[in-house]
Amino acid sequence: MSQTPPSYLQEGQRLRDWLVTRDHKRIAILYAVAITGFFILGGIAAMLIRLELITPRGDLMSAQLYNKTFTFHGVVMVWFFLIPSIPNTLGNFLLPLMIGARDVAFPRLNLASWYIYMGGGVFTLVCLVAGGVDTGWTFYTPFSTMFSNTHVILVASGVFVVGFSSILTGINFIATIHTMRVRGMTWFRLPLFVWSMYGVSLVMVLATPVLAMTLALIMLERLAGVGIFDPALGGDPLLFQHLFWFYSHPAVYIMILPSMGVVSELITASARRRIFGYRFMVYSILGIAVLGFFVWGHHMFVSGQSMYASMLFSILSFIIAVPSAVKVFNWVATLHKGQIVFDAAMIYALGFVGLFMLGGLTGLFLAATALDVSLTDTYFVVAHFHYIMVGGAVMAYLGGIHFWWPKVTGRMYPEIWARIAAAMMFFGFNLTFFPQFLLGADGMPRRYHEYPDRFQLLNVLSSAGASILAVAYALPLCYLLWSLRHGAPAPDNPWEARGLEWQTRSPPPKHNFVEPPQVDRDSPYAYEDA
Amino acid sequence: MTLPQASSEAARIDTLFYFMLALSTVVCVGVLIAIVWLGIKYRRGSPADRGGREQRDLGLEAAWTLIPLLLFIAIFVWSVKLWAELRTPPAQAQTIYVVARQWMWKVQHVNGQREINTLHVPLGRPIQLVMTSQDVIHSFYVPAFRVKQDVLPDRYTSLWFSPTRAGEYELFCAEYCGTEHSHMHGRVVVQTPAAYADWLQSHARQGMAAQGAALYRAMGCSGCHEDGASVRAPDLRGIAGRSVALADGSIQVADDGYLRDAILLPRKHIVAGYQPIMPSYQGRLDPEDVLALIAYLKQSGDAAADPEPRNP
Repeated sequence: MSQTPPSYLQEGQRLRDWLVTRDHKRIAILYAVAITGFFILGGIAAMLIRLELITPRGDLMSAQLYNKTFTFHGVVMVWFFLIPSIPNTLGNFLLPLMIGARDVAFPRLNLASWYIYMGGGVFTLVCLVAGGVDTGWTFYTPFSTMFSNTHVILVASGVFVVGFSSILTGINFIATIHTMRVRGMTWFRLPLFVWSMYGVSLVMVLATPVLAMTLALIMLERLAGVGIFDPALGGDPLLFQHLFWFYSHPAVYIMILPSMGVVSELITASARRRIFGYRFMVYSILGIAVLGFFVWGHHMFVSGQSMYASMLFSILSFIIAVPSAVKVFNWVATLHKGQIVFDAAMIYALGFVGLFMLGGLTGLFLAATALDVSLTDTYFVVAHFHYIMVGGAVMAYLGGIHFWWPKVTGRMYPEIWARIAAAMMFFGFNLTFFPQFLLGADGMPRRYHEYPDRFQLLNVLSSAGASILAVAYALPLCYLLWSLRHGAPAPDNPWEARGLEWQTRSPPPKHNFVEPPQVDRDSPYAYEDA
Repeated sequence: MTLPQASSEAARIDTLFYFMLALSTVVCVGVLIAIVWLGIKYRRGSPADRGGREQRDLGLEAAWTLIPLLLFIAIFVWSVKLWAELRTPPAQAQTIYVVARQWMWKVQHVNGQREINTLHVPLGRPIQLVMTSQDVIHSFYVPAFRVKQDVLPDRYTSLWFSPTRAGEYELFCAEYCGTEHSHMHGRVVVQTPAAYADWLQSHARQGMAAQGAALYRAMGCSGCHEDGASVRAPDLRGIAGRSVALADGSIQVADDGYLRDAILLPRKHIVAGYQPIMPSYQGRLDPEDVLALIAYLKQSGDAAADPEPRNP
């Protein structure tokens, strides 16, 4: 063994060494700390919403405060937690390691994107807390441009700024994957996590500018009275919805594609099994990324959009469900003839498969125009997208955090606690959100501060589930922090996984590999040869 | 679902809903059983046979790509047929006008009655609502009828239903519309035809068309649009429903939305052969006034000398 360079954590220890670092691993940590903070804030808002909804009367908050609270929850969770969550933490940390590179293609740009994110994030946070916005995260016009008396321009500009961080990250990842793969790492030897980062980067680079443009138009109308969306000025309010969903539907795939990548790594490692149908999995990632741009109109079946446009968006939405179904079946088939162990990472991954499947199947109800008419804008939709984004994306994110925790920190976490938290999360999540499907099918509209008495029982169940979910989310925060100091030192490859990131030490040295990693001919999932 | 099925389409929509529910349950249970079975059989260290470990099976993958695809297309066809019916009101539907504003529903019946946050309709008769908003976007939602339609400030949107059970049903605003969004609710009262006729009688007022006729004179429309006027303006008798040739060469059907734009945004469509001299009435007329004017224009068409019997 030649001389061993210090790990990336042992390099400069001063605060300054972290704040001007160009090491993708340290930038990933910076992101992780920031998004954890945003997740906690967004979660507190969610708890306030669930507390308010325990009783039919609006007795905890005023209507205005309630509206500001769910807007806060939506804006923070979507733009400051979900969108950056997996790509900017796990993606930043793992992408270069998985392809055998020293760093990303543009390390300075990577750091710049964190500062842009923090700048926009802190600014938006101050606006949301100090003043607040009551438009919902969707900013529908003409309410947002002409009727809301809250700080729409400031919050919109914060979100506008944060969008650039997404774009820069996307460009960086695309360039990294194209140019920095180690010798032997061909396209079809890339781990599915890298493929998912590639797909998500494409969507970020192509869709985010549309959001920026839309928000800029809102600001222009509010500030200068230019008639774009407000009919009183000759504008068209539906134009806003088209532009907004042209970004925000692909944004759903920004949130879910990375989780699909993570889960593919977790299931293969815990089942010691090559992924079933690797190429189909790659094609479905790309298929979802591309088709995701052509289904935005399914948010608008009752908006007044043409009946025939709705038919087209309906069939396209059914078609995009096919690659998602293929992925679920392939994950299950991967278990066949494996050596399966139900460790925490696997519980998270299988939990993801179940919740994502339920979210996807209920998506079919909403893709069917005739059913969407009564279900849209009710709690059915709220439950549906929380199954995808919280049941799906957050489960996968936490599963990934556990799986790569030894690599990132050099410490093992307490396995028993991790299993308890994962199981509790699955249970609490279902208790929170399954009743919301029933509420929606019974006709309870979303974004209601007060509601008719007949909806109370299911709302109480949902709030009870939310309190379990809150404890389940707090647990990993506690034991993972505890493990930083007291966890057993991690071996280089505790799971006997096959990805290149496990060939280096835990935690890796600053430039990732001491010797160039060896790409197996059967890469990336050469489990059978073990 | 505990919702009553109170409209002609509700039962058929629910059939599709329950079909999807059954399908989803089968898929979920199937996948769950597969995961549990595989998880137990192939737990680490179990004695199960793991020979022949090929991880590709084109036939299997093609099957679980194509079967969902075909199934989805079938569901799409089923749903889209229902959807087309939901979007196409029967020809004999009775029209009622709805104006939404923060935070109330204002209803206007053809014979002049007005209601707030309540809508009276007769049992067994198709009702078409023509709706617009005075401010932001709202959404008219009656869960018991399985209907919902956004209500926009710049156009008329419409929905129809045919009530099949007498009673009172919840009306919600489903599109977030500001502070009091959750208080923007009301009720739909479905009455037997006899009770409905009584209700109409007891609340009798001047009809919408008569209100429109009064406005037509008071706002000065007649000054230009009537025979013998000094200004040359299109003749409006029988305009409603006709095709109108426009100065830009296109042809527009003079539906409610066209007439509304002609009153509020006269520069939007210039009739071929006329000068764009009409002033906008934006801000001078309430949405209810515009609807009354349109009702008057429709009636004047019916009243106009018309030797041919009309076919609906």
